[in-house]
Amino acid sequence: MKFARIIWANLLRKKVRLLLTIGSFAVALFLFVFLAVVRDAFNRGADVASADRLVVINRTSIINPIPLSYRDKILRIPGVKAVTHNNWFGGIYIEEKNFFPQFVIDPENQRTVFSELVVPDDQWKAFLNDRQGAIAGAKLAERFHWKIGDRIPIKTTFYGGASWEFNLVGIYHGNKPQSDETQFWLQWDYFEEKVPERDKGRIGWYVLRIDNPDDAPRISQAIDDEFANSPFETKTQAESAFAANWVKQFGNIQRLIVSIGVVVFFTLLLVTGNTMAISVRERTSELAVFKAIGYSDRSVLFFVLAEALTIALIGGLLGMLLAIVAVPGLAAALNGLLPSIVLAPKMLAFGLVVAIFTGFLSGFLPGMNAMHLRIVNALRRV
Amino acid sequence: MVNVDGSGGKGGLIQVRDLDKTYRRGGEEIHVLQGLNLDVSAGEFVAFMGPSGSGKTTLLNLLGGLDVPTRGSINVAGDEITHMSAGKLTEWRARHVGFIFQMYNLIPVLTAFQNVELPLLLTKLSKAERRTHVETALSIVGLTDRMNHFPRQLSGGQEQRVTIARAIVSDPTFLLCDEPTGDLDRKSADEVMALLEELVGSHHKTVLMVTHDPLVAARAHTILHLDKGVLVEGSKFPNSIPAGGVA
Repeated sequence: MKFARIIWANLLRKKVRLLLTIGSFAVALFLFVFLAVVRDAFNRGADVASADRLVVINRTSIINPIPLSYRDKILRIPGVKAVTHNNWFGGIYIEEKNFFPQFVIDPENQRTVFSELVVPDDQWKAFLNDRQGAIAGAKLAERFHWKIGDRIPIKTTFYGGASWEFNLVGIYHGNKPQSDETQFWLQWDYFEEKVPERDKGRIGWYVLRIDNPDDAPRISQAIDDEFANSPFETKTQAESAFAANWVKQFGNIQRLIVSIGVVVFFTLLLVTGNTMAISVRERTSELAVFKAIGYSDRSVLFFVLAEALTIALIGGLLGMLLAIVAVPGLAAALNGLLPSIVLAPKMLAFGLVVAIFTGFLSGFLPGMNAMHLRIVNALRRV
Repeated sequence: MVNVDGSGGKGGLIQVRDLDKTYRRGGEEIHVLQGLNLDVSAGEFVAFMGPSGSGKTTLLNLLGGLDVPTRGSINVAGDEITHMSAGKLTEWRARHVGFIFQMYNLIPVLTAFQNVELPLLLTKLSKAERRTHVETALSIVGLTDRMNHFPRQLSGGQEQRVTIARAIVSDPTFLLCDEPTGDLDRKSADEVMALLEELVGSHHKTVLMVTHDPLVAARAHTILHLDKGVLVEGSKFPNSIPAGGVA
C-alpha cells in the first residue's frame, strides 16, 4: 500500500514513545487475557458439564453427606442410566500449598458417567485390583513429576490426620481441551474401610447420567420427591448449575474480574488516546500541509487511525505472545487452585478484538480533530 | 495581463470579483479584503506586497482554496471555487494549486524524494511513473543528488527547493508562494527566486507570491500592493530582469 511508508515514518518519529506505548499495550493486553483465562477457568466446570448429567447433593449443603443407600433408589427412577458417587477427600500432599482436588470414586460406574476422562484399560484394571490404587489427572502428574508406580502419601484433614498411602496406578486424560486433568481419584472401598464408623456408608454427592437431557427437570423432581421429609433431603440439579453454584462459593468472582478488566481497558484507552492526541498535536502544521496539497479529511483521519491501529496490533500481538509464554507458568504458580487454566484460541481472538477496538477508539478522537483542522489556522502553528 | 479594476475579460486564468473577507474578533468585525478585483493571465508572475495585517496571506489563502470568502467570487481556469464543497475544493487544490510556504513545511520524517512524491500518491500513477515525475521535479530544482536526504540534512535553501519541487511535481495550474524567501539568507533567496523565474519563463507556470521584500518582489512581472483591503497596481517590470540582478 502506497501510504504505508507515511504511516511507518510517522510511527517511528518518536521511537521511545512508540516503544513505551506498545509496551503498555502489550502488558495491558496480557493482563486482560490473563483475567479472561482465570474467569474462564472458574466457569470451566459449567463449560465441560454434560447436558445428560445430574448432580445430587444434600439439600442443606454439599458438605453434608447423603447415604449410600440412596443409590439403588435413584437407579430405579425411570430415565436414569447410571449412577456414581464421590466424596471430597480434602487431604494434604506433603504441604498445604500443594492443593489439588482429591475425589473418592466409585470404580464400578466412574467411567460410565465420566466417559470424557479417559483411563487406559490396563491402568484401569490395575486400579480395580489395588485397593490402595490411585489415578491422577495428566496435569497433576506432570505438576508433581509423578509416574506410575509412585507411592503417594496424603495426610487427611477430616479423618484423624493420619497419612494415607496410595499407589499411583493410572493417569487419565481428558478428551476435550478444557477437561479438568488436575483431579486425584482414590478407591471407595479403601476409603470406606478406613474412615471412622460415623462416616461409613455416607457419600458426598451422586452424579448420574440420564437417557435424555430433556427429562432432566422431571428426573430431578422425582429424586428430590423420593427423599423429601427424610433426614437427608436432596437437591438435584444439572451438572452445569451445580458447577455454577460451586463458583459462587468463591464470591462474585465474575464481577471482580470483569471490573478489573474494565479498569485495565479504560486505563489503556487513556494512555494510548493521550499518546495519539499528543502525537497529532505535535504535527498539526504537517497535517495541514497534507490537507493543503490535496489530501482529503478522510485521508487524514485514516492516517491517524492507521497509526493507532498499528500500535494496537503490534502491542496486542506482543501481549498475546506474552500470554502464550506466561500463562502456563502462572497456572503452575497457582498450585492447582483453579481446575485448569487454559489459554484457548478464543481468548487470543478476544484479546486481539479488544486490542483493535482500543486502537480504534484511541485514534478516533485525535483523528477527528485532525480531520477538522482549519488549514489556515494550523499552518500558522510551526 | 494583470488587472485590478475588474475590467479583465473572461479569458484570463484567474478572475476575482468583489471579494470580501471579514473576520470577527472579540465582537468586532475586521474587514480584511473589501470588494477586491483581480485578473491574472496564465504565465504571469505577480507579487503582492503590503504591511503586516493588510491581508496578503488571506488573499493567497482564498486564491488557493484554503479559506472561503465572505462575499465575492473566484474563478480559476473556468472553475468557480467559492461555492465548491470542502471535498471538491480539496480535489481542486490537488489538481490546480502548488503551495510554497515560508517555513517550507516539509514532512521531517520523509526524505526529499518522499516529500515530493506526496501529491502524486493521490493520483493513479504507477510507482515507476511517480518516480519519473519526482526525479524530473527534483532535477528542475537541482536536487537530484539530495533526493534521499531528510529535511534536517538539507540547508534552508535546499529545503525550499524541495518544497518547490513538491509544488510543481503534479504540474498544477498555478503556484502560490507565501513569503518563499522569508526565512532564507540573501544567497539562498536569490537561488529560490531564480528558480521561480525559470518556472515562469521556461515552464510557463503562473506564480502568485506574497512578500515583504522589495528586492524579491522586483523579480516578479507585476507588483500589486494591498491597501485598505483592495489591490493597487505597483511598478511593473518587463520579463527580462536577470536572475540575481537586483539582489
